[in-house]
Amino acid sequence: MRNNNEISKGIDWTLVLLYLVLSAIGIMSIFAATYRNEDLIPGFLSMKTDYSRQLVYLMISLVLGTFILLTDSKFFTATANLFYFSGLVLLLLVFPFHTEVKGTKSIIRFASFQLQPAELCKIFVNLALAKYLSRIDTDFTRLRSQLIAAAIVLIPAIMSILQSETGLALVYFSFFLVMYREGLPSIVLVVGFSLAVLVIATLLLEPNLLAVLLTAIALLTVYLMRRQVRRDKSLLIGIAAVWFICVGIQRFAVPFFFNNVLKPYQVQRIYATVGRDFPVDPAIMSEEDIRKIEDKKKASSYNVKQSKIAIGSGGFIGKGLLKGTQTRYDFVPEQRTDFIFCTIGEGFGFVGSTILLLLYLVLLFRIIIVAERQRSTFSRCYAYGVAAVLFFHVAINVGMTVGLVPVIGIPLPFLSYGGTALITFTVLLFVLIRLDADRQMVLR
Amino acid sequence: MPVFNQSRQTVIRLIFLSVFVILIARLFVLQLLSPQYKLQALDNAVERKTIYPDRGLIFDRNGKPILENTVTHDLMLVPNQLKGIDTLGLCQALGIDSAEFRQRLITAIIRNGRYRPSVFEASLSMDKFVKLQENIYRFEPGFYLQDRPIRSYPYRAAEHLLGYIGEVDSNILRKTNYFYQLGDYMGLTGIERYYENILMGQRGVQYRIKDNKNRLVGNYENGAYDTAAIAGRNLRTFLDIDVQILAEKFLANKLGAIVAIEPKTGGIIAMASGPTYDPNLLTGSERKRNFSWLLSDTAKPLFNRAIKGQYPPGSTIKPAQALVALDEGVITPRYGVGCNGAYYACRRPIKCTEKWTGHAANLRLAIAHSCNSYFSSIYRLALDNRAYRDVDEGYAHWRKYMNSFGLGVRLGIDIPSEDKGLIVDTSYYNKLYNNSWNSCTNVYNGIGQGEMQATPLQMANLMCIIANKGYYYTPHFVDSIDGRSEADSILQPFHVRHEVTHIPDSIYQIVQLGMQDVIENGTGRIARIEGISIAGKTGTAENYGKINGKREKLEDHSWFVCFAPRENPKIAVAVIVENAGFGATWAGPIARMIMEKYLNDTLSEKSKLDSARIAEKEIILPVVKQKRMKLDSIRRVKIALEMGDSSVLHNSIPAAPDAPKLDRNIEKRPNTEPSLPPKKKPDSIRAITMYLRRDDDELTNKLA
Repeated sequence: MRNNNEISKGIDWTLVLLYLVLSAIGIMSIFAATYRNEDLIPGFLSMKTDYSRQLVYLMISLVLGTFILLTDSKFFTATANLFYFSGLVLLLLVFPFHTEVKGTKSIIRFASFQLQPAELCKIFVNLALAKYLSRIDTDFTRLRSQLIAAAIVLIPAIMSILQSETGLALVYFSFFLVMYREGLPSIVLVVGFSLAVLVIATLLLEPNLLAVLLTAIALLTVYLMRRQVRRDKSLLIGIAAVWFICVGIQRFAVPFFFNNVLKPYQVQRIYATVGRDFPVDPAIMSEEDIRKIEDKKKASSYNVKQSKIAIGSGGFIGKGLLKGTQTRYDFVPEQRTDFIFCTIGEGFGFVGSTILLLLYLVLLFRIIIVAERQRSTFSRCYAYGVAAVLFFHVAINVGMTVGLVPVIGIPLPFLSYGGTALITFTVLLFVLIRLDADRQMVLR
Repeated sequence: MPVFNQSRQTVIRLIFLSVFVILIARLFVLQLLSPQYKLQALDNAVERKTIYPDRGLIFDRNGKPILENTVTHDLMLVPNQLKGIDTLGLCQALGIDSAEFRQRLITAIIRNGRYRPSVFEASLSMDKFVKLQENIYRFEPGFYLQDRPIRSYPYRAAEHLLGYIGEVDSNILRKTNYFYQLGDYMGLTGIERYYENILMGQRGVQYRIKDNKNRLVGNYENGAYDTAAIAGRNLRTFLDIDVQILAEKFLANKLGAIVAIEPKTGGIIAMASGPTYDPNLLTGSERKRNFSWLLSDTAKPLFNRAIKGQYPPGSTIKPAQALVALDEGVITPRYGVGCNGAYYACRRPIKCTEKWTGHAANLRLAIAHSCNSYFSSIYRLALDNRAYRDVDEGYAHWRKYMNSFGLGVRLGIDIPSEDKGLIVDTSYYNKLYNNSWNSCTNVYNGIGQGEMQATPLQMANLMCIIANKGYYYTPHFVDSIDGRSEADSILQPFHVRHEVTHIPDSIYQIVQLGMQDVIENGTGRIARIEGISIAGKTGTAENYGKINGKREKLEDHSWFVCFAPRENPKIAVAVIVENAGFGATWAGPIARMIMEKYLNDTLSEKSKLDSARIAEKEIILPVVKQKRMKLDSIRRVKIALEMGDSSVLHNSIPAAPDAPKLDRNIEKRPNTEPSLPPKKKPDSIRAITMYLRRDDDELTNKLA
């Protein structure tokens, strides 16, 4: 009893409770998506069904979580860099030793066990970033520090892209939120956001029309700021430079990026999301590429269409557990993994989906509260890292199932079927809980 | 750590919050403002399946089923489940080679895709079916046997009146306001058509859930919205199938018709039209080709001559002429004419078969000897009746009589497309003779030639009127319908008694006796049956036809009408054999045997011999046969060219039940479709998008 008390002391039970609730919803959803009228007891015990396997993964996660709670929080600060570098080594090992599964080259397989280092690296990057930002001699206002922090995040991201895991790579960008919290200039986020808007506008609008619009905006800015401009002529040059860069991106950078960097199917998905057909150009694309694009176009639009039908047909209160025809009869592909949200949407309708999203929001806000009460920069940065990763996953995953975001294969935290994902998120969260439990012990 | 950054947590919170608001707003739009997704989900997963009830059966007067349902067996194939199947074994069972197997498989995939079942072989023959049924487990689940109900005519008889069913066409779909759906079958002719509403029963609907590969997984909402199919109701007819078969046997190789009616009820005992064909030709998978073959036959086997054949009635009309004159009161049974071989009162003499004086001394004698002079005379008396203003009015009245006898009008029999024969009206003569004509002009009407045509059905009905002494019921097939419903009012018109004359029974008696004399010692002696009093009348109808564009007189039609027993009539018969000569030669014995079969249930030894002789005799005009041969040889050459097999040229065609089987070579004409280039194997994604998302707008509409 004494021991127990010591372990449980300072633990944020709200986070643990939210974690358990979400994991339980996950098992229920997987059950709803994959149950095929088999007997229930053997179904749950046999390890042959997906929901029973997920249950086992949850058990393993809980054991792992308990171990983490038993670990001294200093362990994580001490080993952060070690983990990060071993993570990088693992990522490098993937290149010669990977097994190709469903188009991804990011998985190492030994015996029946599959390891996806890019997934695990989320934890390591989070630790390493927190470690770097919390160093006494890191002055994050300096550009050099900012670049180093960015490098910590982007190296594994680039490696993930090389392993055809664009989705996972994108997750690493969420760490910029942590850097923002730690003093990264707002202008970086603003510019980043503006860039995103510009790229989307490039996709949506005619190139010439957009150029005219950009010019108009530049002229309008000059007109509105005419007094300042009169006082300071260099402002005019600044505006002109911004205009020039924007048009350059729109006319040259985006097409170049799409044609030479991204794979055709990825471009197609991006186009599909903004609701436009990918302009197939036979002049620069091989026949095989065009065929691939057509196939992917059909597949991804089929997925999103079916997913939207599933969620949309749920209505206000849903059709009920196991009553969804879309999810029960395999109309939604990948419904136990990336499209698990459909099961909730169809089975429990608007009410159920909103409650689930609110649960996630509460979790995120709770993590921010926890983050802000930390004394150590390391713990705070780590907490923000967890929040950022979870947020990114939820936003992109749900956005994808409702057709707001391109189909990027990333799981819904705690809900999607899959051992690696569940264990990764569990470790992420429980390390935070451990760090938070010890917040009083850490001196600044 | 710089403290001012703490405010940024609010910004981060706001970012989180706004993204979640966007997601929830999107969910709101999808789930609450977009009803189309519900329909699409239903469309995806729920299939509306129509359950077809068994069609009603049709029985003859003795309770024998003459039209029933049987089952044929189709071998079905689901291409995507073809794994590790003993292809060779299957090929052996079906008697095909592996190339043919591949070809059919490809055809199935092209037609229906990999996930939906296709017919691999339709209507399996019995021995193939037996072989497969034992071994089907070896080929499952890729192959399975499916039952398909079809109509079957167990006696291969009564095709003209029973009719057949066929797939509805777009025209019918429109006309019935889409009560039928594409692919539905309905009665197209005969009783099948007339009693369609009763025979078809009530269709049921099943909503079934299917998965993304179109496989069935269960019932939608446990069948809460399903409706059961209600079987069609059975019809009990007046037909006597044995008599019917006999009648068809006579007409198999002749052009003509036989109609036998029960006078007391108007129930039709038999109705045959020659040449006949095997109705089962029009049920199986070969229906379409057999149909076009029959349709283009110059002998017109599909043409129901019993209700559509319009012939000059000849002498058989004479009793009716007598009735008109008697009812108008222009003659009495004692009225007589002196005839010595011809009627001279009008410009051209009308010849008479008898020459001796006194053969038309009274009505009874005149009928017995079929005196042309007598009936020309009383026809003119009727037209020139003093009660009427002029011959126009006289003719109009005479025509009215004819119409009330059912001549020149549709009787309203319970099969469709009956023709009404011909009794022209006065305007015809006014136009033809420029308003100057008299009773001499159309005196030929009096002896059933002239501008007068009647169907065999009408002539049989006329016999009923005489047998019943002045009334008839509209001839019909169906006596009763099993079960009860409002739809039974369809039989209402057949229970109305039509009174047509006001002649006392005693005078009728004289007409009847005259007709009895025809059989006893007149022109119809050949129809005499020992122990049964028969009243009848022969007819030899002159007729003309166009041969090579020239109007030519053809061989006379052979008519015979009669009823028996005279005292208590149970059957009235009309027989016509086209271009067969004297009424007594062919039609007479046929009518006798029909009556004999019906009344005595068997044929006498003499009749048996006669029946064999008559059934064998082919009576088809040479010109018709020539045309038919020409047409057939053209068709055969076509098929031979298609197949590259000259053996077809020497085989016969289907026409009669005696030779009903289509030539095997013709049946096995290779399907031209497999020559399509094999489609590229679709990958899984393409398969999903191409084959599984069949937009079934109809379903959506129905469920909405």
